[in-house]
Amino acid sequence: MKFLKYLFIGILFGIIMTKSEAISWYRIQEMFRFQSFHMYGIIGTALAFGLLIIQLIKRTQLKNTDGNVIEIADKQFSIARYLLGGIVFGLGWALSGACPGPMYTLVGNGFTVIIVVIASALLGTFAYGLLRDKLPG
Amino acid sequence: MIEFLSQPWAWYVSGSLIALVMFLLLWAGGFFGVSTTLRTLCSIGGAGKAASFFNYDWKSQNWNLVFVLGAVIGGFIASKFLAANEALQISQATVSDLLALNIAFDGGLAPTELFNWESLLSLKGFLVLVVGGFLVGFGARWAGGCTSGHAISGLSNLQLPSLIAVIGFFIGGLTMTHLLFPLIF
Repeated sequence: MKFLKYLFIGILFGIIMTKSEAISWYRIQEMFRFQSFHMYGIIGTALAFGLLIIQLIKRTQLKNTDGNVIEIADKQFSIARYLLGGIVFGLGWALSGACPGPMYTLVGNGFTVIIVVIASALLGTFAYGLLRDKLPG
Repeated sequence: MIEFLSQPWAWYVSGSLIALVMFLLLWAGGFFGVSTTLRTLCSIGGAGKAASFFNYDWKSQNWNLVFVLGAVIGGFIASKFLAANEALQISQATVSDLLALNIAFDGGLAPTELFNWESLLSLKGFLVLVVGGFLVGFGARWAGGCTSGHAISGLSNLQLPSLIAVIGFFIGGLTMTHLLFPLIF
């Protein structure tokens, strides 16, 4: 029962991702070629409402469904980690045309070979875990 | 209603609803960050034996696995019942650019010539599916988040690290698209 709400939110997310076409390899190419406003519009709108939502949550000390005040942790500061990690992520995002949310959604859309992309992403996550202490953080 | 929902959604509709998903996750007691599910899955698979990074209270993250299971189901529902019976409206400039790289626009979400099981045996298919996925997984964890965690959640919370990560995403994405694609395709 506790998990049911997450299942519903996930279903909503999968429908939104599909209908927004943000899961499209072509749309990601269009974005990185600056040839359409579509993806920038999606991310920009999500961000504008996101900013408003986070501010409202903080100012009203909104409680979650468990009755606890919603707390949003700040991220630890570093430049190398976010910049280098981000570049590696971006290289993969443009190549595979999918970041993690769209990967899961694409499987539901019938692109079964995306399971290989997810398995590779798991391998990448595992490799990071092994090399973590040797990488600039 | 179904007909109305089946049209392609305008960017401002999609963007607003993504913000709603972020809110619902926070309200439910979670957060909007999809790539952490990859770490959780590694931990469940026993990766903690090889690297301490995977020894953590992953059971507390099970809700996120249910969320992405929902995303798979949502993708299925949208493709079966809410599909627009028309080709994707991609910019003509992108179609021509891709054609110059010998990638045909087939009207679907992704080029089926690359996104199929046989394609895994070709160099291009292997790069797109295996190397691409690996870089996403490695980079997301190194950067501490992906598009949902940094570009939406982090920037919404005015986190400077997220801005740096998003700048990284674009440096990587632009490099791949404009410098490496002509070499690969």
